[in-house]
Amino acid sequence: MLDALLVMALGAIVLGAALGYAAVRFRVEGDPLVEKIDAILPQTQCGQCGFPGCKPYAQAIAKGEAEINQCPPGGEEGIHKLADLLGREFKPLSAEHGVEKPKAVALIDEQTCIGCTLCIQACPVDAIVGAAKQMHTVIADQCTGCELCLPPCPVNCITMEPIPESVENWKWKYPVVKIVPASKVAA
Amino acid sequence: MNVVQKLFGFHGGVKPNYNKEASTRLPIAAAPAPTRLVIPLHQSIGGPPRPLVKAGDRVLKGQRIGDADGDVSSAVHASTSGTVIGVEMRLMPHTSGLSAMCVVIEPDGRDEWVERKPFDFRAATPTATRDYLRDAGVVGLGGAVFPSHLKLNAGKQGRLDTLVLNGAECEPFITCDDVLMRERADPLLRGAAIMREMLEASRVLVGIEDNKPEAIAALEAAAKRANDASIQIVAVPTRYPAGGAKQLIRALTGIEVPHGERSTDYGVQCFNVGTAYAIYEAIELGQPLISRIVTVAGNVGQARNYQVLFGTSMRDLVALCSPLPDTDRIIMGGPMMGFRMPSDDVPVVKATNCVLVGSQKLFPPPPPEMPCIRCGECAKVCPADLQPFEMYWFARARIFGKAQEYHLFDCIECGCCAYVCPSRIPLVDYYRFAKSEIWAREVEKEAADEARDRYEFRLLREEREKQEKAAKLAAKTAAGREKAAAALAEAEKPARTPEEEAKHALIAAALERAKAQKDQVHPENTGNLTPEQQAEIAAIEARRAEIREQAKPHLRQDD
Amino acid sequence: MNNSPYFLQPASVQSVMLRVLLALIPGIAVYVWFFGAAILVQIALASVTALLAEAAMLKLRGKPVMMFLADGSALVTAWLIALTFPPIAPWWLTVVGVLAAIVIAKHLYGGLGQNPFNPAMVAFALMIVAYPSLMSQWPAVGFTEFLPQWQAIFGPRQLDAITMATPLDALRTALHTADARATVAGVLGSSASFGNIGGKGWEWVAAGYCVGGIYLLQQRIITWHMPAAFLATLFVISGGFALYDPTRFVGPSFHLFTGGAMLGAFFIVTDPVSGCTTPRGKLIFAAGIGLLTWIIRTFGAYPDGIAFAVLLMNIAAPLIDMNTQPPVFGHKRKAGGRP
Ligand code: SF4
Ligand code: SF4
Ligand code: SF4
Ligand code: SF4
Repeated sequence: MLDALLVMALGAIVLGAALGYAAVRFRVEGDPLVEKIDAILPQTQCGQCGFPGCKPYAQAIAKGEAEINQCPPGGEEGIHKLADLLGREFKPLSAEHGVEKPKAVALIDEQTCIGCTLCIQACPVDAIVGAAKQMHTVIADQCTGCELCLPPCPVNCITMEPIPESVENWKWKYPVVKIVPASKVAA
Repeated sequence: MNVVQKLFGFHGGVKPNYNKEASTRLPIAAAPAPTRLVIPLHQSIGGPPRPLVKAGDRVLKGQRIGDADGDVSSAVHASTSGTVIGVEMRLMPHTSGLSAMCVVIEPDGRDEWVERKPFDFRAATPTATRDYLRDAGVVGLGGAVFPSHLKLNAGKQGRLDTLVLNGAECEPFITCDDVLMRERADPLLRGAAIMREMLEASRVLVGIEDNKPEAIAALEAAAKRANDASIQIVAVPTRYPAGGAKQLIRALTGIEVPHGERSTDYGVQCFNVGTAYAIYEAIELGQPLISRIVTVAGNVGQARNYQVLFGTSMRDLVALCSPLPDTDRIIMGGPMMGFRMPSDDVPVVKATNCVLVGSQKLFPPPPPEMPCIRCGECAKVCPADLQPFEMYWFARARIFGKAQEYHLFDCIECGCCAYVCPSRIPLVDYYRFAKSEIWAREVEKEAADEARDRYEFRLLREEREKQEKAAKLAAKTAAGREKAAAALAEAEKPARTPEEEAKHALIAAALERAKAQKDQVHPENTGNLTPEQQAEIAAIEARRAEIREQAKPHLRQDD
Repeated sequence: MNNSPYFLQPASVQSVMLRVLLALIPGIAVYVWFFGAAILVQIALASVTALLAEAAMLKLRGKPVMMFLADGSALVTAWLIALTFPPIAPWWLTVVGVLAAIVIAKHLYGGLGQNPFNPAMVAFALMIVAYPSLMSQWPAVGFTEFLPQWQAIFGPRQLDAITMATPLDALRTALHTADARATVAGVLGSSASFGNIGGKGWEWVAAGYCVGGIYLLQQRIITWHMPAAFLATLFVISGGFALYDPTRFVGPSFHLFTGGAMLGAFFIVTDPVSGCTTPRGKLIFAAGIGLLTWIIRTFGAYPDGIAFAVLLMNIAAPLIDMNTQPPVFGHKRKAGGRP
């Protein structure tokens, strides 16, 4: 009996020491939590979460100042990932911050554009090119679909175009599991 | 030729019912040119070609109508002469049922060729030969449609041990390679010789499943005629998927090429026999790839192989073989790996090795799926030595990272696992689902990373602009002060005239204004950032530098 | 409509399970020959209970009842329980055991394919812990008369005439008592020829299971790894210790042909759902069971250790699998890829 207890105690001490050593040895520098949260956020930089960008929102989450369900572009999946990362409970997307939409890119109607450059200033990722009094255009590949360029445009010539499904970006669907009613199988 | 080639096995595999006899009874026939050709621009791996024609243009047979977009791409050509009646979105031969850009041609029935002249590849540089093949639209005809010119590159050593020609054709029903080898053995081996020369390979191994004795005999005779001792015809045991490139390389040479690595780095390269023939046509006859042999089989009265112009509708093709009335689907490819077509009104493309006509009777719907009982049957037959049930488990639960840890991307989607699974689980569907999800995520993640970088850069730039503006302003005010001081000095010397007095006041006022402005501006002036802010900017800079560093090798590869 | 492959091999869970049941028949036939028809009563009892319990659980879980009932997995569990329990155990013991297996060990863990523990062995372990004496009453060889057996099952029980300790039990009792003079030879008698080693009759039953196991191997339903590793481990370790001290440790032929060893080797250890799946994993898994079985038989308080050994290794199975993943195509050698 006593030996068993001793062995157990010894084991506990050895394991504890190993864990402690590992904690010291492999400690991660910096504040990786913000980085980890930021890596989950979709980087649309749309500000719908109530923060000026994804990073500030990540910092707020890390500090516990914001809920994890405020990012509409990240959607349910993003919230699930955040919940997993932070060990918090999943919450549905908060309605006041917006709704999840299919990804879209901005399109400038080049006939109407008056070249006021206001949209350039609004774009968080510099995805609009143009110069004063010149027609502007959106680099679709860089556009995150944040919609921030829509309100400043004085002539309302920017629209959001959903990205169409093409042969290249088409995805195989989740296989449907068919459950056949018992009567049919028996027949 | 009597050198006994030692054969290596590969793990797993299955022996489905081959059903090949029906379509080999008759020789290859040319399918008649249809009344309309719909030629998709994007028929190969790589970038979609740019259209070179517009509605109303007259095109000749073999005229380039789509130009390769960069090097990883391949050109497309008009399959016959006629008039372009549109460059528009048409239904693609793809399970998704989506459309893509196609050139629609109305043939004029004259079948007039563009000028054709053989290409002297011996006189040309390897790069020029590769460019020529790219512009001739030669791609792998085994079904993967990888641009061939990219594969005709001998890799690191500059020369190869073995060029493997894949004539195994292990999928049930498909016989297009079989009849090609029987009927066109000589030109096929000429193509092989060209490839061997380009790759500086020391030997050519043609692997053929031993259920095709006629093809083996034909090629052996042709090799004797060609009097080329470096060419060996090797019969490999009939077992699906012996025709998988990696499985065949392994069977013939014992070399296993890992996923994601180039086989040339292991001294081998593998081409389909059809590709060898296409290279012969392109180099020796100067003909671009405009047609191929397609097996039409399955639920038809008379299965047969046809030489089909690209762009011919599958409906027209199938109609030649009198499909049976209970036909309910068209499959492109074989029953193990083929894809159901969204309609029979899709064109034959470079990837179409077989048009398989199906019915409920021929391919009955699978019984309902049961839970996996971990019997391990699937692992026994997996030619990639995977544990399919583990991948299935994680793909089903959408735990994609784990599925990848079990080497999801080594799966060649051969379907052996689903074929044997007693629980009738559509395993491959789960892998396709997981793979396309992972790809989509990768794309999303790349986009997000780029957006983050651009956003941080923009913030930094705004910061810098503010600083610069503030500095300019400061300089301006400093200059103003100097002027004022000078004026003051001047004013002090003689007694001030009222005129001067007024000027002075003006200057003072301006000074005041400037000062006020400066005060106003000052809070925005971020010239003196807090240490935290500076640290953050430095961190961002460091990350960008790191990314640039990581990107360097890729960039080098590109140029 | 489904996607490729459009061809499927005509195999189903049902056919697998039916062939497993078929493979059990030679063993059962010998069983009946030596020990009477009581075992048939038990099998019938267990089967009916299992099917009812399975149907009820499927209904509760909202699964298509007929489809899953027809897969036969409940029957396999039921037969294995009947064959591992004493044939003259009271009826409720079998019923409770089967219920524990189907309800707790199978469906509460998610049903077919999801159970981490071998259901039949869960039943055996639960029952032997709860009713050790009832689980140790085995019929004596030769008493094949049906009526007393029937009475033993459904009462009123008069056991003395028909029960006897199994050789394993006898050995354990003798060697564990304070009587230091007890030896293997003393308990078993010296005539250790076939037909007499595992206790009259039992080795013939074991031989019957062995025949069924060979059929399963031939049908490629099980692979050689598990039976071979299990039997070899049991053989080597018991042989080694018997050589070292034949008076205290009984030899391999006894271990292999007594108790549940053969049934275990081909039908229990090989349960795919709760066991290992990689080739190397299977070897380790089954060898582990062999080792634990010998340890429990030799030093433990229970007569047969297979159930506990299986359950213990079930816990380790995922870990073993994870660490014995076979190399994937092309990843066999770091460089070169030549085998
Ligand atoms: S809501 Fe917009 S800014 Fe906020 S985290 Fe999501 S994508 Fe980023
Ligand atoms: S805001 Fe509108 S009008 Fe002004 S440049 Fe942008 S698109 Fe043109
Ligand atoms: S063959 Fe099917 S049931 Fe068997 S282990 Fe593989 S996936 Fe599971
Ligand atoms: S489909 Fe993939 S997992 Fe299945 S047998 Fe083929 S390679 Fe293996």
